[in-house]
Amino acid sequence: MKIVVCIKQVPDSEAKVVAQNGQVSWGESPLVINPFDEYAVEAALQQKETQGGDVTAVCIGNDSARDALKHALAMGADNAILVFDPALAEIDSQGAARILAAAIQKVDSVDMVIFGRQTIDTATGLTTAQTARVLGWPMLALAGSIKVDGRKVVVERVIEEGKQTLSANMPVVLSVVQSIGEPRYPSFMGIRKASKANIPVWSLSDMGLQAPVAVVKRVELLNPPSRNVACEIINGSTPEEIADTLAEKILAEKVL
Amino acid sequence: MKTWVYIDHFKGEAVPSSWEAIGVGKTLSPVTALVFGSNVEGIVKSSFEFGADEVFVVDDAALADFRAETFASTLSALAMAAAPDLILLPNTFRAREMAAMAAIDLNSGVLIDVTALEANVEQITATRPIYEGKLFEKTICSTKPQFITLRGRAFPRPSRQVGTSGPVSRASAKTHSLTIVEGYSAGETGVSINDAGIIVAGGRGVSNNPSMGLDEKATAKKGFELIGDLASLLGGAIGASRAAVDAGYIPYSHQVGQTGKVVSPDLYIAAGISGSIQHIVGIRTAKLVIAINKDSEAPIFTVARYGVVGDLFTFLPLITNAFKKKLGK
Repeated sequence: MKIVVCIKQVPDSEAKVVAQNGQVSWGESPLVINPFDEYAVEAALQQKETQGGDVTAVCIGNDSARDALKHALAMGADNAILVFDPALAEIDSQGAARILAAAIQKVDSVDMVIFGRQTIDTATGLTTAQTARVLGWPMLALAGSIKVDGRKVVVERVIEEGKQTLSANMPVVLSVVQSIGEPRYPSFMGIRKASKANIPVWSLSDMGLQAPVAVVKRVELLNPPSRNVACEIINGSTPEEIADTLAEKILAEKVL
Repeated sequence: MKTWVYIDHFKGEAVPSSWEAIGVGKTLSPVTALVFGSNVEGIVKSSFEFGADEVFVVDDAALADFRAETFASTLSALAMAAAPDLILLPNTFRAREMAAMAAIDLNSGVLIDVTALEANVEQITATRPIYEGKLFEKTICSTKPQFITLRGRAFPRPSRQVGTSGPVSRASAKTHSLTIVEGYSAGETGVSINDAGIIVAGGRGVSNNPSMGLDEKATAKKGFELIGDLASLLGGAIGASRAAVDAGYIPYSHQVGQTGKVVSPDLYIAAGISGSIQHIVGIRTAKLVIAINKDSEAPIFTVARYGVVGDLFTFLPLITNAFKKKLGK
């Protein structure tokens, strides 16, 4: 089975991200593989282990995004492809989906594409559905478990209201949620292999694409209003008294 | 301007933030509500009662189960024929997937999880949180129809005018689909954190009570029961920090912060949550935050209005009792 995992590089979740001169700044914090995409890599490796085949990680990004791809390789992915083109500086989700779809077609004979459920930067959560739509392949989104039976893929889709069982025939596009299993740590051997890996770069012309025109554009970046609340610690001679005082305070705020 | 509002629903229940979308739509133009599904007359009726001026219904057995493919194709076909300027949707998984696919069909854009809108005759500007709520961006879409999904509780819910009705148009479904819905098992009942006016949430601290003599998971189960008692008394939802979800104490649908969810309740009670940066940005739009933590230095106290330094296992039953008495329940 040929599996493609689509990943993205994002500022670390611990980073203090601020708007500075209209740009996003994350200070000295590192760029990392999007945390939800680690689950996608994990899901792909699980499928490879049970079904055989190989795993290719694909990332749209600039040179620094090689580190995210190396993380996927160190976890156990077989191949990595960096999609880079100067024309890709400002793309929207639709543009990203069209480019990823083209990359998946160029990888060729792909059976399964796996995404994380969303990124932690722009967090549109649109790319899985849009890539599936561009490819014309079925989408099995928010999978908490994946079973493969011949060409049939069955997933348990985790939604707010419960769990749905969905199925479709390959080739399919999936997104996975955390219940797929904790992402494995890169092994020592994996890290060595990844550090030596030669990661090919595909440009738009390599995939026969024109630069996509972004229809969604950012016009302003804002820091959230600062929230200066002075915390009043409730004291009292007994826990009961503290509970009583706190209940009174909450009722006085008229939020119930 | 022609505004459509998609009414999301599951198993016969409309998602309440759909009504908020009708309210937003009506500030811009008359609203056509879209109701797709099978046996959806009840939802059509509610759509009028919450302010829709007309309703487009696509009622087809093939739409009994939501599938993004069929729902998106049905929406795209309607939009191609009637050319709306704007399609508003609640920011649910379903509506987001459907808007994503329809936007590919219509070669247009989707603005996601929007918390504020500014509209003039030429342009709609949407504000949305990014980087887990650490920043906000204002975005525009240069094509039509533009799709906008609205964050639950970010906009006022219109009041219901019982008995209101209006014109209904019917259209046919696009039923081609490559995916099959084979089954469904209901999750926990209770209020979703998206729509909750009150959230009581637990973190790592729910497993920290050696005096009970239970293992970590059993202690955490007990801790979340205490949280659940308070939440249900107040008619609220149960939330959780990422640490509690990662430790397997509670399903991730309860997770607040770190793209889990950015929530906007009127009251947020954090019990045993230290307050990571991701969690704190996730509750930034909560009106009143209360922190209960053993550690007086926990960062959660920096965003709380009122704090209690103490053990949640002792304190939660007491505050639940105090509310019982004061609310006469």
